[in-house]
Amino acid sequence: MKYLGRRLIHAILLLLAISFFSFALLQMAPGDYFDSLRLNPQISSQTVDKIRAQYGLDRPFPVRYALWLRGALEGDLGYSLASHSSVGRLIGVRARNTLLLSGTATALAWLLALPIGIASAAKRRRAVDRAAGLATSALLTVPDLLLFLALLLFAVRTGWFPTGGMTSAANDESSFWSTFTDIAFHLVLPAFGLALAMLPTLVRHVRAAMIEVLEARFVRAARGHGIPRWRILFRYALPVASNPLIQLFGFSVATMLSTSVIAEIVLSWPGLGALMVESIFARDLYVVVAIVMLSSIFLVAGNLLADLLLLAADPRIRTES
Amino acid sequence: MEALLKVDDLSISYRGRDGRETTAVGGVGFQVAPGETVGLMGESGCGKSSVALAILGLLEKERATVSGSVSYRGQNLVGMRERKLEKLRGAAISLIGQEPGISLCPVMRVGAQIAEVVHGHKKWSWEKCREEAHSILARVGLEPTHRIFAAYPHQLSGGQLQRVVLAQALVCGPALVIADEPTASLDARSQADFIALLGDLKQRLRMSLLLISHTPEIQASLADRLIMMRDGCVVEEGKFDRLYANPADPYTAAMLRRRPAIGDCEPAESERMAPQGVAR
Amino acid sequence: MTPSTQMAVSESIGPEIRSPLVRIERLNKSYVQRRPISRAKLQVTALQDASLTIDRGTTVALIGESGSGKSTLARCLALLEKPTEGEIWFEGRDILELAPQELFTVRNQIQMIFQDPASALNPGMTALEIVAEPLKIQKRGSRAEQRDLALGWLARVGLPSGSEQKRPMEFSGGQRQRLAIARALVLAPRLLILDEALSSLDLANQEMILKLLADLQREHSLTYLHISHDLRQVANFANEIAVMNEGRVVEQQPAAKLFAEPRNFHTRELLLAMPSLESIVLDRWA
Repeated sequence: MKYLGRRLIHAILLLLAISFFSFALLQMAPGDYFDSLRLNPQISSQTVDKIRAQYGLDRPFPVRYALWLRGALEGDLGYSLASHSSVGRLIGVRARNTLLLSGTATALAWLLALPIGIASAAKRRRAVDRAAGLATSALLTVPDLLLFLALLLFAVRTGWFPTGGMTSAANDESSFWSTFTDIAFHLVLPAFGLALAMLPTLVRHVRAAMIEVLEARFVRAARGHGIPRWRILFRYALPVASNPLIQLFGFSVATMLSTSVIAEIVLSWPGLGALMVESIFARDLYVVVAIVMLSSIFLVAGNLLADLLLLAADPRIRTES
Repeated sequence: MEALLKVDDLSISYRGRDGRETTAVGGVGFQVAPGETVGLMGESGCGKSSVALAILGLLEKERATVSGSVSYRGQNLVGMRERKLEKLRGAAISLIGQEPGISLCPVMRVGAQIAEVVHGHKKWSWEKCREEAHSILARVGLEPTHRIFAAYPHQLSGGQLQRVVLAQALVCGPALVIADEPTASLDARSQADFIALLGDLKQRLRMSLLLISHTPEIQASLADRLIMMRDGCVVEEGKFDRLYANPADPYTAAMLRRRPAIGDCEPAESERMAPQGVAR
Repeated sequence: MTPSTQMAVSESIGPEIRSPLVRIERLNKSYVQRRPISRAKLQVTALQDASLTIDRGTTVALIGESGSGKSTLARCLALLEKPTEGEIWFEGRDILELAPQELFTVRNQIQMIFQDPASALNPGMTALEIVAEPLKIQKRGSRAEQRDLALGWLARVGLPSGSEQKRPMEFSGGQRQRLAIARALVLAPRLLILDEALSSLDLANQEMILKLLADLQREHSLTYLHISHDLRQVANFANEIAVMNEGRVVEQQPAAKLFAEPRNFHTRELLLAMPSLESIVLDRWA
């Protein structure tokens, strides 16, 4: 419990520092949201200044940061200038969409990587391993952008899947089942593409971890006792191999908000990544800061999750001699 | 009396990464009778461990080529199907190795690992397998059994771990136990205790023991017969007492620390070291 | 400078002084370990008032079970660790109180050989580089002289000619240990500490290395401290045997006396656990 408390305090301090730095860095970037208005000859610069003052953008940086911080602690993350809504509500919806996509993709990737990696390690240098090796190498060399464009092309040509977005405009029935299937159909291509993008690294890591464990003395000793091969694989080798894999899983969780940026943009999935890019270009300050903070929370939480899982899974860390 | 284990013309060669084949063992043959303790001695690298692994078919097919015959109760183990070998390993012939710390799965409780061996061979319920594990732990002197059962390998000492490995090897009542340098990583006291335990158990359970060790004191404590190996071949064999009193080969004499006649063979050159240094 | 010249130099130093080379007095070492999650403190006492004397030109064996503190004692003597209390007198000086510059010269005088030569030798360097490295660091002699001295030592420890370009992994276990010995002796130390240096070798190699060490001891007036858990191993060549138990040196006596009349309980226990081969064989007939 003390351990958890300590980690949480570290996390909070870290998040505070991140908020400060992201605020500061954005401040240092030249210009702000209203610069595009200035370019419009019809609007006088006094009007622009007045609007700026309205949104509090003329106050000095420390004041703005302090105001933001106070608001954030109360749950108010500011106002989005580009979409005229509270930041909280805006990113809430977008984050949900992103998590749906990346969550599905991550689960799919791990569900595929584990058996493929284990099989490759168990039947090393044989057909399964070579085929998997070739496939992962091929996937690694293909850039993510190309992958998603290819999927988009596939959708356009075959018409089996929607070519973008999360829901069909035509669908306005509020029945759960129809909404569910609608979203599911939209989800297939981006999730599949994202899973494929994540797959090679995962497979390689699972395979490497398993190979290392399978060469350990205790595996041979277990064979010497007549324990069946499959049981050794899952009951002896996999638990020991899972240390690095748990760390990797924590990393997957930690980056869950940011991995899907390209997928969201190419396949028009209304997620956080796309919003982030738009907001940066529009200098929509509060949105950017809020997204950075949310991503940081995920990062910290992911690492903490990995550590807790490791604690639960590995008795050597949990107990001491 | 028919031999329990009959090794005949066993040869083992290893394939290196560059494709070259090195012969580790060339045409070794010996027998182990029921209830007998046969000691396998020789300097490191002479092929003793390879023989042990080859008997149980534990050498990887890609790296090692095994030829000859290893006959256990009439069945030839060389080239036997993996499924059939699995049935024999642990139940008919068991192997215990040198470093108990790394011979056990680090994330499983030691009692569970013993129960696994039982479960692998008998179609019993897990409950019964665990009971069996408790009783074997008591037999090897690891009390209180429930505390040892629940421990993880890193929580036990070297001597305790080696007893756990021994328990694993004995739990299904094998006829033959192969012990490959079982005390090499233990300190003096644990060594003595373990040898005593091994001697006691092999009497009571009437097992045969193939004891691989380069330490003459250990062979003297347990072995009935000795087989001397050097560079993958059998140099001499016979009853321990005969070899100790009348070694025919200088190598045997050296291995048993009997001062040979002024030495010719390399490792046999071992004059007693007089204390060195300036006299006080 | 070849090893034989070095020998001439060391012989010319003068008659051996009567006082012991090393006197370790009441060494204490304890450290605090923290448990992984709860961070609770755990006081571990490795050495407790450990005292030891080593006379010039002799071989002292330090025996003890794992955890008895023998390795810690050796590491303190080799200045690899700092004890919490106590004194170590080397050649009449307390080396724990020396200034860094003086310590530099003392370090050369005390060298250590470890149990696992593979991990003690830099796998990326050739044998020649490994043996020459101490000379380079100490800036002794020109490049050519360093090379000659290193080659001389490689030959002296029995490594075949032509092996100076080989890397440690290409040698056998026994040869690696010889390489470690060459490296240790290239700076002409007075004291060589061997920490379980023979334990990873088989009997044949052990005998050969022991012979080499005995010859070197004669030629260069070396003093040895052998750390081992195996009394049998050291019985043949140690002048004196010191027994350690739980951080203390419980007995130190000439070897023959220790075997004949062990004074301490732990020594007796140790001897009981290691009966001689002859007595075991006799028991067979009982």
